[in-house]
Amino acid sequence: MTFKIGVVTFPGTLDDRDAQRAVRLAGGEAVPLWHADANLHKVDAVVLPGGFSYGDYLRCGAIAAQAPVMESIIKAANGGLPVLGICNGFQVLVESHLLPGGLIRNEKQHFICRDQTLVVENVNTPWTNQFQLNQEIVIPLKNGEGGYIATEETLKKLEGEGLIAFRYKDVNPNGSMHDIAGLRNERGNVVGLMPHPEHAVEAGFGPDMPGTMRSGTDGLKFFTSVLNSLVSA
Amino acid sequence: MALFKKKKPEFVPSGVDTTANAAVTPDKALPYAQLGLKDDEYARIQDILGRRPTASELAMYSVMWSEHCSYKSSKMYLRQFGEKVTDEMKKDLMVGMGENAGVVDIGEGWAVTFKVESHNHPSYIEPFQGAATGVGGIVRDILTMGARPIAVMDQLRFGAPENPDTARVVHGVVDGISFYGNCLGLPNIGGETVFDKVYQGNPLVNALSVGALRHEDLKLAKASNPGDLVILFGARTGADGIGGVSVLASETFDSTGPSRRPAVQVGDPFAEKVLIECCLELYHAQVVAGIQDLGGAGISCATSELASNGGAGMRVQLQHVLKRDETLTPEEILMSESQERMMGIVPKKHLKAFEAIVNKWEVEYSVIGEVINEDRLYINWGEEEIVNVPPRTVAHDGPVYERPVAYPAYQDALNANNVHVAAHGHGLHRHNDNGSELAAQVVQIVSSPNQADKSWITDQYDRYVGGNTALAQPDDSGMIRVDEKSGLGIALATDANGRYCYLDPYEGAKLALAEAYRNVAVGGAKPMAVTNCLNFGSPENPEVMWQFKQATAGLADGCLELGIPVTGGNVSFYNQTGDVAIHPTPVVGVLGVIDDVARRIPSGWQDEGNNIYLLGVTKDELDGSVWSEVIHGHLGGRPPVVNLAFEKQLAEAIAAGSEQGLIASAHDLSEAGLAQAVVECSLRFGMGARIWLGEICERDGVDRTAALFSESTGRVLVSVGREDDVKFVGLCEARGIPVLRIGVTDNSGHLEIQDIANWNLADLAGAHKGTLAELFG
Amino acid sequence: MPKIIVEVMPKEVLLDPAGKSVNNALHRSGHKDITAVRIGKRIELHFDRPVTDADLAEAQKIGENFLSNAVIEDVVSVTVQN
Repeated sequence: MTFKIGVVTFPGTLDDRDAQRAVRLAGGEAVPLWHADANLHKVDAVVLPGGFSYGDYLRCGAIAAQAPVMESIIKAANGGLPVLGICNGFQVLVESHLLPGGLIRNEKQHFICRDQTLVVENVNTPWTNQFQLNQEIVIPLKNGEGGYIATEETLKKLEGEGLIAFRYKDVNPNGSMHDIAGLRNERGNVVGLMPHPEHAVEAGFGPDMPGTMRSGTDGLKFFTSVLNSLVSA
Repeated sequence: MALFKKKKPEFVPSGVDTTANAAVTPDKALPYAQLGLKDDEYARIQDILGRRPTASELAMYSVMWSEHCSYKSSKMYLRQFGEKVTDEMKKDLMVGMGENAGVVDIGEGWAVTFKVESHNHPSYIEPFQGAATGVGGIVRDILTMGARPIAVMDQLRFGAPENPDTARVVHGVVDGISFYGNCLGLPNIGGETVFDKVYQGNPLVNALSVGALRHEDLKLAKASNPGDLVILFGARTGADGIGGVSVLASETFDSTGPSRRPAVQVGDPFAEKVLIECCLELYHAQVVAGIQDLGGAGISCATSELASNGGAGMRVQLQHVLKRDETLTPEEILMSESQERMMGIVPKKHLKAFEAIVNKWEVEYSVIGEVINEDRLYINWGEEEIVNVPPRTVAHDGPVYERPVAYPAYQDALNANNVHVAAHGHGLHRHNDNGSELAAQVVQIVSSPNQADKSWITDQYDRYVGGNTALAQPDDSGMIRVDEKSGLGIALATDANGRYCYLDPYEGAKLALAEAYRNVAVGGAKPMAVTNCLNFGSPENPEVMWQFKQATAGLADGCLELGIPVTGGNVSFYNQTGDVAIHPTPVVGVLGVIDDVARRIPSGWQDEGNNIYLLGVTKDELDGSVWSEVIHGHLGGRPPVVNLAFEKQLAEAIAAGSEQGLIASAHDLSEAGLAQAVVECSLRFGMGARIWLGEICERDGVDRTAALFSESTGRVLVSVGREDDVKFVGLCEARGIPVLRIGVTDNSGHLEIQDIANWNLADLAGAHKGTLAELFG
Repeated sequence: MPKIIVEVMPKEVLLDPAGKSVNNALHRSGHKDITAVRIGKRIELHFDRPVTDADLAEAQKIGENFLSNAVIEDVVSVTVQN
């Protein structure tokens, strides 16, 4: 049985086709979801991909968070539907209040594209169950507004309850507080991160790894994880 | 108290200059000289029309007949690209020069369209918007051919690094390209950045885009069927880029609006991204018969070109154009360069389908006219006819100048002043006996701004989006997979060397072509087609025209010899401040095809214990070299000799070696010669090496300085697994490619050049990678 | 025609890298007495009829729910401009 993973497209979304490819390579069926359509077409999980939805007007992800499809996704997420927000998708999750905190302009004020080492700090989510705890992975990062900020209170809670899913290692590319690269919600079904796993799923097109150019595929596990979680569900 | 009457959206008769009025006021003086038209050109317009032009017609002719739009000073030389072509060269060419971009058949039902363009002057005035809209413009040209844009590249030339104004331009331009390109979702897969004081007041910002399409999706910019609708869609029309034409608004023809208008266009990449997706859906649904993007000269260009290309005419109701600013005059609307707009020719029966798609993407549109069965372009402003011209005369039959050409007065002395006679006849000093001095020169060179690592810039660009990037900077070419199933892909490289071209424009152009060709070949692809962006000084300067004549001839002859055609390009004149022109800088882009991107060749070595081979011959060729510039501040003599027949052989040898799986890495030698190449190969993946120069010096009869820094052409550095040595050397020898083993790779964390240096790779990386961040970070 | 002006500023306690960057630039160009810079947004809501108290109250809500992200921003003023 092939599970259906919805991939949302807002005006200005850029990495939807890559996210669809990642789903396919992992063995799932990618279902394109249009922002104006509130029908989720019975998908088993949803990916909010990267890009510049609505040109980042007002605030990144702010206008996309108001889309009809997001109303349905918020409802479904509150009911346990696995949702992965990547980069702009993470921003949409934060604007939708499915994840806490905020994302602001990179500390160095420039867009940065780099192969980023992350530490996986939580493996109890549908999106990370195929990783080992504290595993180091290399995932491409590319954004200008990736600085994670939150109140002291929120940060205490995130750290205390182990809700930080990924942390930057070696280099903090955007000034995110506590080197936070990604989070999960309390229930664990919603995960958001700034780096792009869908760009590290196919040998030959991923980050350079020691020994072989462009061979990194650490990102594929995000997608095999969710399919794995659906099998066991 | 209502002090201002809100201007109604319906048509209100204004004081516009109509054709009827023009016919009865022949002596009305128009500011044609201020708009750049000469007396004889104005007379010709009156001849064509049989009366004086209206203000709108004058605006159209003045912009369409300007250098930028009509290529009047360059046309007679550009013809060579279409003439010096064999049938064999044309066999894969689906669309040649003259269209928005050239189109090449790459097999398996796929075609690729690509082009490079300049946006130089706006980038000096407003670097951010200039560069951003430069990217936007070239991407729209690709979109207009029916293709999905799949990558961008940029070729940047800035002034002296220490000059504070350089930082202003660098930051603006890089931010602008980053902003626009990233937001469009196009990977930036390569390009070049050069600093030279000759570009201080005239930075060069060239942008390239490439797109892929299925053969059946090819679109052309023509309106051929009477009855088809003319639809303007995308962003609303505003006052962007009107600049000089505003002199008309200040005339007494129209008394409604303010006359000060900005000269710079402002871009919105989100609007363009939406436009791209919308257009691709329109193409897929086959509801558009012809399409043109709006760039320079806006609506006046799009309407006249669509009509002229299609051999039909057009009737346009200009008041239907959706405006951002209700005070725009008809002349301003015609000339506006507002970005992110397209003009589609839509058969009436497809109108509903067209509307459904643009509405889905929330793209605004308005029907502004229809195609007619006459060789005439009529533009009305409500009931008043303001333009009535034969479209060909506007779009294609512009003036053709034969500008005076003069061999430069400085040329002979410049060519005589080579590296052997400079410094009062002693020749530029060489430290051949001092290994550590040579080592210091290597470090000085690889850390100099032009030779340093460009990550500070390229890390601001997305190279991953699309998931099809097989090669990107710092590799020798950018490579993109086109077909996910078969792995079919394309490679692109762009090159230019202003210093070589200044020494010899004919050879310099050929050298740029040779380098781009070689760059494509060492990645594993087969070179197939060429684009160019010719950046020169003022065409009114006969010495500059001589440079242009020489360079175009060199490029055309070179393409003929290599058997790959020029498919399109761009000319940028007037890159000069006062009397001082930039170095002639023809940028040459070469497109290649690879049957499976999995076969691509990395530029640096990754495996230890591999043998390192230098292919080709090293001569004492240091004139115009990086060594002569960085170490001695010298420019003189003649550039390296280029042998295109050999370049072809070399490329074929690399292809054969790659097909047989013998080549682990390949990097071509160019600026700063072998020294730069070995440093780059070692730093690429952090794999060290031990290199020796003795055999190069002996076999080729050159000293150590030349061995390290000569910029002789036709050379590639290849690493080969030990088990493939014999086969590889045999392959080269059988093909007449000189091949010499000059080193081995090792995992020592060091790069050693025997008797010269033993560098720790981390230290070398620090020197090579720190420069740009220090200068501009 | 009247407008309601909504001004949004980043929360005092949180980072304002853009403001910091501008402040550094001002110091570099000699304006050393400026101790800090904070950058916000001014949003204009246009009407084609007179603005009522109800409109103002609604604008405050719009400001808090949509025009600002309450996690990282505050609505610092909502005023009418005729």
